[in-house]
Parts: sequence; structure tokens; C-alpha cells
Amino acid sequence: MSSSRPSDHIDSAPVDPTIAQPQLGFVGYLRFFWRQLTSMRTALFLLLLLAFASIPGSLVPQRSSDPNGVIQYKLDYPDLYPILDGLQVFSTYTSIWFSSIYLLLFISLIGCIIPRSVHHYRALRSRPPKTPARLNRLAGYTSVTGQTDAASAIDVARAQLKRSGYRTELYPSAHSTSSGQAGASYSVSAERGYLRETGNLVFHTALVGILVSVAIGGSFGYSGQRVVVEGQKFVNVLGDYDSFNPGRFFASDVLEPFRISLDKFEATYELENQKAIGQVTDYSAYVTTTTPGGDDQKANIKVNEPLAIGGTDVFLLGNGYAPTVTVRDPEGTVVWTDSTPFLPQDTFLTSLGVLKIPDGLSEQLGLVGFFYPTAAKLDSGALSSGFPDLLDPVLSLRVYTGDLGLDAGVPRSVYQLNTDPLTPIAGDGAVDASGAEVPALQLKIGETVELPNGLGTIELTDVKRFASFDIHRDPSQVWVLSFAILILAGLFTGLFIPRRRVWVKATQKADGTVTLEYAGLARGEDPRLEAAVTDIAAAHVKQLGLKVES
Amino acid sequence: MTLETVSLLAVYSAMAIYTLAFIAFTVDLARRSAAQPVEEVAEAAPVGMLAAASGNRASALVDRLATDAPAAAPLKRSRALRLAMGFTVLGWVLHTAGVVLRGFAAGYAPWSNMYGFAITATAIIVGVFLLVQFWQDLRFLGAYIVGFCLVFLGLATVNFYVAVTPQPPALQSAWLVIHVFVAILGTSFFALGGGLSVVQLLQSRREARGGEGMAFLATLPNAERLENLAYRLILIGFVFWTFTLIAGAVWAERAWGRYWGWDTKEVWTFIIWTIFAGYIHARATRGWRGSRSAWLAIIGFGAVMFNFTVVNLFFKGLHAYSGL
Repeated sequence: MSSSRPSDHIDSAPVDPTIAQPQLGFVGYLRFFWRQLTSMRTALFLLLLLAFASIPGSLVPQRSSDPNGVIQYKLDYPDLYPILDGLQVFSTYTSIWFSSIYLLLFISLIGCIIPRSVHHYRALRSRPPKTPARLNRLAGYTSVTGQTDAASAIDVARAQLKRSGYRTELYPSAHSTSSGQAGASYSVSAERGYLRETGNLVFHTALVGILVSVAIGGSFGYSGQRVVVEGQKFVNVLGDYDSFNPGRFFASDVLEPFRISLDKFEATYELENQKAIGQVTDYSAYVTTTTPGGDDQKANIKVNEPLAIGGTDVFLLGNGYAPTVTVRDPEGTVVWTDSTPFLPQDTFLTSLGVLKIPDGLSEQLGLVGFFYPTAAKLDSGALSSGFPDLLDPVLSLRVYTGDLGLDAGVPRSVYQLNTDPLTPIAGDGAVDASGAEVPALQLKIGETVELPNGLGTIELTDVKRFASFDIHRDPSQVWVLSFAILILAGLFTGLFIPRRRVWVKATQKADGTVTLEYAGLARGEDPRLEAAVTDIAAAHVKQLGLKVES
Repeated sequence: MTLETVSLLAVYSAMAIYTLAFIAFTVDLARRSAAQPVEEVAEAAPVGMLAAASGNRASALVDRLATDAPAAAPLKRSRALRLAMGFTVLGWVLHTAGVVLRGFAAGYAPWSNMYGFAITATAIIVGVFLLVQFWQDLRFLGAYIVGFCLVFLGLATVNFYVAVTPQPPALQSAWLVIHVFVAILGTSFFALGGGLSVVQLLQSRREARGGEGMAFLATLPNAERLENLAYRLILIGFVFWTFTLIAGAVWAERAWGRYWGWDTKEVWTFIIWTIFAGYIHARATRGWRGSRSAWLAIIGFGAVMFNFTVVNLFFKGLHAYSGL
């Protein structure tokens, strides 16, 4: 149909295989490869290959979305891991092979969009083409003979087609000029649905737009995580993040200074539905935000309701308990006090945390604690949590002494304690001087117990909630959303608006009657073309007041 | 009796009636195999060709003036078929009541776990099947659609059933309603398109053998027409699926802080989108029309089913709401 289409498009003229191809030069080969790359078959192949290549990334954990899963995979399948890792399967969507496929696909796409845009631009400026000599071979061909004037019948048809949104052009035949003369023929050539191709081009261009937005926009953004305990603040500077992932072109001056204080964290749990006791029904993080030059503002961050502040969005991603523990030396002087976030281990918030007390006591102290918001004894005698809210909180601590390794200059996780080089003095098989087992320390809120070996005392002063926030800045998302909307709009118009040509021809007969002929031509998918042509014919005949003998 | 129990009862009743519908649909297919197809010729020829071939073109025009006749001539009246459709409508009303009651029992759109999703999805698929009949006579897909939904309802009630529980905070969003509902609509159209493509493959094999093969196929539209119908239904499904993808990304941005993260469910939604994008391009590629694109439609629908079953149950990811 049009020269802008790839040669293997269903509407292109078939290539005659008997034609001998000339010898190709260098430029000839370049043209040949370009034509291959931009052919329908290649585009289709690359599309299906892309679908296929996406599968491995769903079968094995990905570094981007599940880094711990990758570590676990390495432990579970030590033989397979290096092979898959070499194939970049753990970062499928940034791997060389996956990138190659989509980049080739997009080059092929651009190679298709550009010539088609040029062609469409010309089509938009041109008039509908001449009426073909033989209409009877075209779709929906209908003919009617009756008493009317050929030229005015065509004028009526033209007005009718214009009303239905057709672009029209009159084509009087060359050899006859005056109406009423036998053999004189008048016709109107009409075309509609230019929006179909426009939509098609918008759709494909918007796909390129999304790719470019993601590639460029993502590089200017950042994301960071921060755990905040009730009563504490977070300040939006690099040093105040627990973890931070900058985009490629991130510059720290884009961090707008703001402060978020977590006033209170509330979790609501189901109490009535017997099938779902303890299931969470709501999380609310009540915060106070401060921006430079602005007043303090109260806000409530919920799971589906992030807070927009300083060009970023702040998301509530996790929460848990942070027991406040105070450690005193034998003289009763406070040597350490802090609210330490404990990581939840199950739905009833049995939580695990680590306390490290390097200074102030005669030995360095490391503690591994389990916190049970509602302590319940299992049959085995071990504790577990029976409900996620603070009904009967118990903190159980194993105590170790020895070198915590904090002075070695090696970064250590605050959530982990390597107990191998340490000596247990309570719990974990610890024994006192007489050889009797020393159990782990157990504390309720407000309770103070002695540390073994006369090291001092330890108190569970309070239990607070913590919330973990994700702070994101992604300047590309407005662009991505805009292109996504264009994709939908383009899809609608590109798929559902029919592009068609319709011709109406009136030929004066020698006996004084006029033969009216109607036919259409689909340009792209157009299942209703035949019906549309017949409808046009019916409306036209009705308007002319022709009597049609059945 | 609680609303939840009434809902389950309605779903069980719907299953019983669907079973009757399935039997009647199958009887109809069997009858088609036995009876000599009278309308075969009229069936195969599109209206436009009839008009062009007709000696008196004006009469075709007059017909068109009088009525807006559907492109396919109506099938020979079959009591089994009418009975089957009646059962399907009745079953669907009970089925929908079951979904709505479950929604009332829960206090939110009842599709946040596998069971709720399965009963809603099957209700919408049957609903779309019934609605499509006003556009085209696709009742010959009844055994496939009702049988398919029956199997899923069986799996859902026996294996996926969970009691109504409160909505977890992660799902407390209007996007749950929009994103999932549109995804199911898309799935419904893919299901119909997939079914038509299977029939198309059977039909084109029969046509290639000069009419030998399963006899009931003679009463169905020809392969080309089946392909066109499948294409038009899948186009609608594709638009819904594109919307699902975009709505999902918008929601993901609200809930998780990123619009796209290659979560397993996101990956499979993308794979399905790509397969159907390939299907649409195959229609426009020389040498890919016909059976090849039909296979793509079937693979695409297979991926949709895989996404709902295997990915939900066995793959690790953020869309872990199966409730099992």
C-alpha cells in the first residue's frame, strides 16, 4: 500500500522471487541489513525473543529486587550459581543479552517510525487519490441505477461523506465536461481515519519516550532508606540515611533540606474476626515535617499514602519494635542507653536485635535479644509471641563478653553480632564459676536485672515503635506517566479508528438514467468496511430519493 | 448463616448449574456432528461477497436498508444450545451473587486472595462470554468457557478457599479495584480469543484436508472468519492489558515507591503484553497470518494462565497475596 511500510508488511506488494538481485557493495550491504532490521519479521522475532528472554529473571532471584534471595541462591546451589552469574541471570534486565535485544528492537522501531512519520505527514497534506477506473473489484461494491442528475448526485455524496468526517476530492472524468451527456462520469474520492496512523505513530514514539525517560531520568534520581524510632528525627542529608542508592548523575545538592520527626507510630490489629486475630488492619506513621522557611506540619504516612516533601516521596515500608535499654555500671552510672530497632521475624512480631556496648564496663559487652510483644510459652518451654501488639512484652537477652571487633575499622552491621570469638555469660550455654548454667536474661518493661559476673545492671526502660521509610526522588516519573497515557491514547486511536477510502461514482447512461457505484478500500484492519460502504450507499440513495427496485 | 456462607453456597449452586450448562453445550456440539449442516455455504461467505455475487445488487442494498443483519448467518436452532445458554445465564446470576455477597461479607472488593480472585475472574469471564453474544454468535465456545470456569471454580473452592479476613494495608487502595478488575477483563477477552484460535487451528486443518475431520466444525465459521473474530477480541484484551500494566505501575509507585521493579508478577505481565504485541504484529507480517498467529494467541493465553496459577503459587515476589 505505501512505500513507508516494511517490505514484508501484509499490505506491501509481494517481492517477485524470480528477479535476480544485483551484486551488493558495502553501502548496499548496509542498506540490506538496515532493511532486514526494520522488517516486520525481525521486529516480530525481537518482540518474541524479548518475551522469552524475560523469563529467566522471574525464575531466579534478582539483585535489584531481592538481593538476599541471590545470596541464599548462592548458598543453596553452589555449583549452578557461578554459571548463572556468568550469564548475568541474577541481573537479567540489565544484562548484556537482554539489553541487546531491547536496544535492537528499539532501533528497529525507530527505523520504522521515521519513514512512516514522513510518509504520514505527506499524506496529511495531500488530497484523496483519483477514483479507480473499475470500482467493481473493490470492497463493498454496490451499484444502483435510477433517474437523477449525475453531477448533483456526486455533490450530495460529497456533502454526505464530509459530514461523516471524510476528506473528499471531486474527480470529473477528463473526456466529458457537460452534465447529461451519455457516458459522462463524475466521482468523489474520499478518505478518512488519518488518526489511525497518527495514533499508531504516537503509540510507538511514546514507547521510545518511555525508554529514554527511564534511562535518562532514572540517572538523576536517588532512593534511600532510613529507620526512625518514635521521637527521633530524620534530616535529608546524605549522612543521615541508613542506605542510599544514587542514580548515575546524582549530585548531593539535589537533596532538599527537610526534616521528618516520627511523633507516633500506630498499628491496628484485628481483634474480632476469629479467623484473623492479630492480622494488621492499619499502619499509621504520624510525623512532623519541617522545611526551610516553612512552619512545622503534621502528616500521616500510610502504606498506600506516601508523603510528598521537598521533591521526594516518603514511603512507609516497614515497622517494628525498638526496646529502650539502659545499662549501668556497678556504681549505678548510666554507661549506655538507646532505643534499638529489632527486626521482626514473624507476623506476631517476634523480633531479633543486637546491642553492642563497647565502652563503660570492665569488658566489652554484646547482647543478642529476642523481643516478644505478647510473650507466650511454647510447650517446649521456649518463648514466642502470641500477638503483635504490646500486651505482655518480654525482652530476652543472651549476653556475651569479648572483643566486639568495633575497633578494627571494618564496617559491621548493627543488626548482626558475630558471637564466635565471644564468651557467653548468660544464655547460649553459659555457665558460672560453679559450673551451673546461666539462663538468658528476661526483662519486662521497667525491670532491672543484674548482669552476670558483677558487670553492672541492665534495664528495659521502655518499648518504642520504629518505622522504616523509603525516600525516593525520580524526576523521570512524570515523563514516564505522560508517555504511558500517550501509549493508551495512541493504542485506542491506532487500533479502533478505521482508515478507509470510499468512492462514489455517477455515470450518465444513454437512456437518461444514472448508474451510481459505491466501493471502499481498507487501509489496515477494517472489519466493518463492507457494512460502511453499504450504509453510505443506502443513505445516499435515500437522500436522492431514488426508487430502488428489489 | 453468615454472608460468607451464603456466598459460598451461591458459588456451589452456580457450579452445579454450570455443570448442566456444560453438558448441554457438549450435547449441542455432538448434535452438530450428527446433523447435516444446512447453512454451511451461507455461513462461510461474508455478506459483502454475497452482495457482490448476487445478481440483483440493489436487493442486497434494500436488505441493508431494512436490517442491520449480523455478518454470520444464524445457526440452526438447537434446543440443547438454548438450554445451555439458559443454564449459563442462571449460573452466572448465582455466581455473581456469590461474588457480591463475599464482597459485602469482607467490606471490600473481594479479590485480594486466590479464592476471591478466582471466583471474580470466572464470573467476569462468563459475563463477557454472555455479553459478546450480542455482538457475534460465539455460543459454540460455550463448552470451552463454561468448562474452563468450572475447573477453576472447583480448584478455587476446594484448594484455595480461605475465610474472609481484613484487608491488609498494602491492598487498601482504589487501585486494587481498578487494576485487578481491568486485568480480569483483559483475561476474559484473551480467553475468548484463545478459544477461537484453537477452533481456528482445527478448522484450518479440516479445510486443508478438504473438509474431513471433526464434523461439528462444519457448522462453525471458516478459519479466516474465526481468525478475524479472534483478532478483534484480542485487540480489546490487549488494550485492557496495557491499561492493567500502566495502572499497576501507578499503584506500585504509590505503594512501593517505584513504578517498575521487575517483580515476578510484573515480569509475567510484561511477557504477556509482549506476546500479544507480537500477535498483533504477526497479523501484519506476511507469512505469519493464519495458524502461526493463532499459535501466538494460544501461547499468550497460556502465559496468562501461568501468571495466575504457577506464578501466584510458586514464585516469590511482592504480589504474594494468594492467601494460602
